Amino acid sequence: MPSITKPLIPLSPLPKNELGLTIRDYEGQMSTLCAGCGHDSVTAAIVHAFWELSTPPHMIAKLSGIGCSSKTPTYFVRGAHGFNSAHGRMVPIATGAIAANRELTYIGISGDGDSLSIGLGHLMHGIRRNVKMVYVIENNGVYGLTKGQMSASADIGSRPKKGEANTLAPIDPVTMALSLGATFIARSFSGDKEQLVPIMKAAIAHNGFALIDVISPCVTFNDHEGSTKSYKFMRDHEVKEVETDFVPIRAEIRAKIPAEGAIEVTMHDGSVVSFRSVPEGYDPHDRMKVEEYIRDRQSRGEIVTGLLYVDESAKELHEMNATPTRGLSKLPYSSLCPGAAQLAAMQEDFR
Amino acid sequence: MTIDEALDRRTRVNDFSIKLANVNGTGSASANSLLMQAIFRMGIPVSGKNLFPSNIQGLPTWYEIRVNKSGYTARALDYDLVVAMNSQTYAQDIADVRHGGYVIYDSSWPLDPDLSRDDVTFLGIPLAKMCLENFKAPRERILMKNIAYAGAIVALVGIDVALVADLLAETFARNEALRDSNQRALRLGYDYAMENLACPLPFYVEPMDKNGSSILINGNLATALGCLYAGATVAGWYPITPATAVMDNFIQLCAKYRRETVVSDDPNVPDTTHNNYLIIQAEDEIASIGMVLGAGWSGARAFTSTSGPGISLMNELLGLAYYTEIPAVIVDVQRTGPSTGMPTRTQQADIMMCAYASHGDTKHIVLFPANPYECFEFTVQAFDLAERFQTPVFMLSDLDIGMNDWVVPELQWDDSYVWDRGPVLSDEDLSRMSEFFRYDSENDDHVAARTLPGSDEKGAYFIRGSGHDRFGHYTENPPEYREVVDRLKRKHAASAAHVPAPVIERRDGATIGVITIGSCDLAVREALDELADAGLPADFLRVRGFPFVADVREFVEAHEHCFVVEQNRDAQLRSLIAIETGVAIEKMHPVLAYGGFPLSAQQVVDSVLAKLEN
Repeated sequence: MPSITKPLIPLSPLPKNELGLTIRDYEGQMSTLCAGCGHDSVTAAIVHAFWELSTPPHMIAKLSGIGCSSKTPTYFVRGAHGFNSAHGRMVPIATGAIAANRELTYIGISGDGDSLSIGLGHLMHGIRRNVKMVYVIENNGVYGLTKGQMSASADIGSRPKKGEANTLAPIDPVTMALSLGATFIARSFSGDKEQLVPIMKAAIAHNGFALIDVISPCVTFNDHEGSTKSYKFMRDHEVKEVETDFVPIRAEIRAKIPAEGAIEVTMHDGSVVSFRSVPEGYDPHDRMKVEEYIRDRQSRGEIVTGLLYVDESAKELHEMNATPTRGLSKLPYSSLCPGAAQLAAMQEDFR
Repeated sequence: MTIDEALDRRTRVNDFSIKLANVNGTGSASANSLLMQAIFRMGIPVSGKNLFPSNIQGLPTWYEIRVNKSGYTARALDYDLVVAMNSQTYAQDIADVRHGGYVIYDSSWPLDPDLSRDDVTFLGIPLAKMCLENFKAPRERILMKNIAYAGAIVALVGIDVALVADLLAETFARNEALRDSNQRALRLGYDYAMENLACPLPFYVEPMDKNGSSILINGNLATALGCLYAGATVAGWYPITPATAVMDNFIQLCAKYRRETVVSDDPNVPDTTHNNYLIIQAEDEIASIGMVLGAGWSGARAFTSTSGPGISLMNELLGLAYYTEIPAVIVDVQRTGPSTGMPTRTQQADIMMCAYASHGDTKHIVLFPANPYECFEFTVQAFDLAERFQTPVFMLSDLDIGMNDWVVPELQWDDSYVWDRGPVLSDEDLSRMSEFFRYDSENDDHVAARTLPGSDEKGAYFIRGSGHDRFGHYTENPPEYREVVDRLKRKHAASAAHVPAPVIERRDGATIGVITIGSCDLAVREALDELADAGLPADFLRVRGFPFVADVREFVEAHEHCFVVEQNRDAQLRSLIAIETGVAIEKMHPVLAYGGFPLSAQQVVDSVLAKLEN
């Protein structure tokens, strides 16, 4: 998202989605992040994904914690309902909102401080509960708003702008999510919109907790020589062997003629995620193999990106709890209160 | 026989107390509550207080039963009968019995002569021996000792044995083997006492008709019922003593009353069942309150139940709820603090924390029930207040109320009740507005109408805990910031008229006033009757909600001496009254009981008299 104000009336007519909305209708306020911030590219990908999927803006809830990343929900889908919560606490708040009204599409934006330090426990439990939401970590290895402290995702040897190199082992959200039983795990790079938009759309379609770890460089505090979360480092070390396309539910079948051996995953809503290319022997349904592949590449100093793992068969929170398809918040009082006669009857047992 | 001895041995009908000393984890709790329930069924006012350790097996535990025809059922400190079943605490338990009282002990082994007292009658019953002879399984031999001593007590104090047998039959309706063992054990103890001891003792029960349609219920169940009837659909919680049973009960109630069968139209597709609720056991109390806020933001009635340590953890998000104006109900079943404190002991020491929870300027609505009846009533009100005022509301119960069974009037429900959702804009409302801003409108309660997620784009806004103006926009501008927090202060003040009003009872000629709170109620009322009998009539006020109405200030001002009775060390209610009403704190003398056991009238009488004599 460029940090300049755009004209409300475009010079040439913009294309419209199925709801008759243009991409502008999915934008938000002007970004106040630093020029060149990776987060603005993630915002742009989110805008595209929702626009392309024709999600009604008012049926989107966007939540965040605290930090630079958590500011970004202001910058996309102005017609969505937003909640900028407290540091690290977005997952429980989103969980409660989702519990109350499953009819909306939920997206949570967080950073590596929010997700991997103060809110790590909540993230892990959100994964366990398979809460149906898109969860984006805008991962830059550094605390931006408090001016440059290393975060828990910083690699060993990674240098902050000032001070000593990091000596602590990083927490990798992708391998962590694999071990916790996450049902949708992706890693991407904010500088790669072509990869990020289809992953975002697949995440929105996923029936459960969809984790997307986006390496999103901090141009002010962590984009220098010696950083492992810089634009340059990512361009030099990214491995894109797992490539996917996303075919929305309403798309015509002719759009996709699966290549020989391509893996296809039909999402809960009928849309299809097609793995255009994967490395030899890779299976995005096989947790062990995926982890082995990622760790092998990591040991060589490479960062694997793409939609790495997906399990569309697991039950999400509401399915596990057999709640009605209608939002609980919409149930009429008459269906919730047993009434005076029942209260009198049950008290017979209290004597 | 001296006059004192004569008094000690006088006949007393429906007016005595029993202390049962046991080892926890040996099954004594069910035998003890069986006695209490039987006395309740005989129509006699009664209470049972479980004084138990934070432990699963092996530590001392006590159960106290007070029978009182006049309805004084606060904890009594003079025990007519002590049942000494725990050798670890023999010395203390035997010391606790009043002059002329009785001790039941297990005479399978001789009692240490050092423990003997001349002024007390010792009643030996060979409980272990009896159970060894009559039961085979080792666990049964331990468990049945409890029912056997209960049987002896039934005989000694004249409880209707058929009624106790009925209760056992009800309890073990689905377990024939256990039912038979229990019935046998009951008869063993009962018959032994009838044949070998002087039954009844000088204090005993006679049937009355004092309990009418009253019920026997604990506060945690009553609170859960309140949540069910209020229409709560989402709950987030983390296990903690003494609040766990609130959610255990809510889960059971929902399973029974909130499951809906959806009949399938297709004969090949089976009917499905929907749960009209979602309860999440969270990873901690921070997550619990977070879930409540998310659900409250989305328009569901949501709550959490916890105790002091949980509130400590929730503080940050409670401030978020206050400042962003999200309804939430927080049940705090108070236990003894600080820190881990004594988890199985009662206290009222979260008053200040709940009134002002979180950093920055925050003030909350707090309700103070005195018994399970009020737990039910106030819980429903808490949900109405939370949505009407768009703010967290605390339901401040305590361990004594929550975990002990109380005799209270039958709970009432009015089917014409309409839940108060507070000002919420529908899409239709929005269509009539040119623009919507979250904190821009202000009704008579100083509350601004909100929209819910999923409402029309026009109603979309960004809720934030960071500084915001009345439009809901981010601000760091002093007047814009102040405008919002000043309204929040007005809003809190306006809620005073809607929280449960204080109970005020005046006596002719009273010059002193006694203020109290929550579960102190019964002990204070009993104390006031005693003081009146001693020629010292006192007026009574029990606060039931915060913020305070003007009556509280006026009550303090109208009395030369005021006493504030509460169960914490630092006189928190007294401080809160002084801070919030502006009355001079010196006008209120603290009467404090904070050792962890429920209050007794004697403690109040002694403190008041001591102060007045000085």
